[in-house]
Amino acid sequence: MTKQEWPLYEVFIRSRAGLSHRHAGSVHAADDAMALDHARDTYTRRSEGVSIWVVRSDRIVASDPAETAAFFEPAEDKVYRHPTFYDIPDEVENL
Amino acid sequence: MSPEQAVCAYAMRLGDNALVLGQRLTELVAAGPELEEELANANFALDYIGQARMYYALAARLEGKGRDEDALAFLRPEHEFRNLLLVEQPNGHFGDTVVRQVLFESFYRLQLDALVQCKDAGLAEIAARAAKEVRYHLRHGTQWLVRLGDGTAQSHARVQASLLELWPYTGEMFAEDDLDVIIRESVGGPDLAALQREWQADVAAIVEQATLTLPDSGWMASGGKQGRHTEHMGYLLAEMQYLQRSYPGATW
Repeated sequence: MTKQEWPLYEVFIRSRAGLSHRHAGSVHAADDAMALDHARDTYTRRSEGVSIWVVRSDRIVASDPAETAAFFEPAEDKVYRHPTFYDIPDEVENL
Repeated sequence: MSPEQAVCAYAMRLGDNALVLGQRLTELVAAGPELEEELANANFALDYIGQARMYYALAARLEGKGRDEDALAFLRPEHEFRNLLLVEQPNGHFGDTVVRQVLFESFYRLQLDALVQCKDAGLAEIAARAAKEVRYHLRHGTQWLVRLGDGTAQSHARVQASLLELWPYTGEMFAEDDLDVIIRESVGGPDLAALQREWQADVAAIVEQATLTLPDSGWMASGGKQGRHTEHMGYLLAEMQYLQRSYPGATW
């Protein structure tokens, strides 16, 4: 009997209210509900999160490494897009 | 029996359920069907052992005889354990484990919800913590029961057989004995008749969703709450207690 692998899901965790979800890793699961359980059991055992997103890895549309130059390099010489002249108060975290 | 003695005995009983089920789940560590499921199961086992420690600590304090939670877990003989027969049943195949967990945890969840409301602060505090853990276990187990029941012809047949086999151990959960009466009347603990109606409705809904057939009520086993166990219990205790029995007081 050949063993069929469960599909891969990518896991995103929000570590506390106000922050964005960040990629934490991936899990295998047979369906969406199981993926959420597995993500909870694998990545939030030590209180790492207050919210979890899971999405099937094959549903993620990713940029093509071959197009890196066309995608990202045009932004490199446009310094005027960086708001470097603002002072950020020390109390502001997570900006 | 004073209310304090009753709470002590009841906490011991809850601790026995948690410890024996935790030991059963521990047997599955490193034997999970998938890495993620393995991790989930180990979490559940640890949840139960953590709950057992809290119940035993409460019982030991009320008992006041200088026994600690380790003494209660490792140095009592089989007939002093008052856990339900259901929780000592072997893991069998994955479907057997899933059915045992769902049948017990759908009861335990209701029992804990009732204990959260009871007049004994010690019990209520532990119950509040355990209820959150068990809610999640039940969510996980229920999903598996539906997947297996409503899965392939083979998974359906196997999990239906598990349900038939374990069903006779469910009656004991609701068979009220003297201690249950004292806890209900003097501490405001669970009303088992009301719990049974809720449990039957909950389980019927899960079983229906899993396209399985609910067994007839039929003959029910009993004895766990009185310390009369099935043949499996001795083996479980032998493995669990071996170290402390062979090397008394061993620590590491």
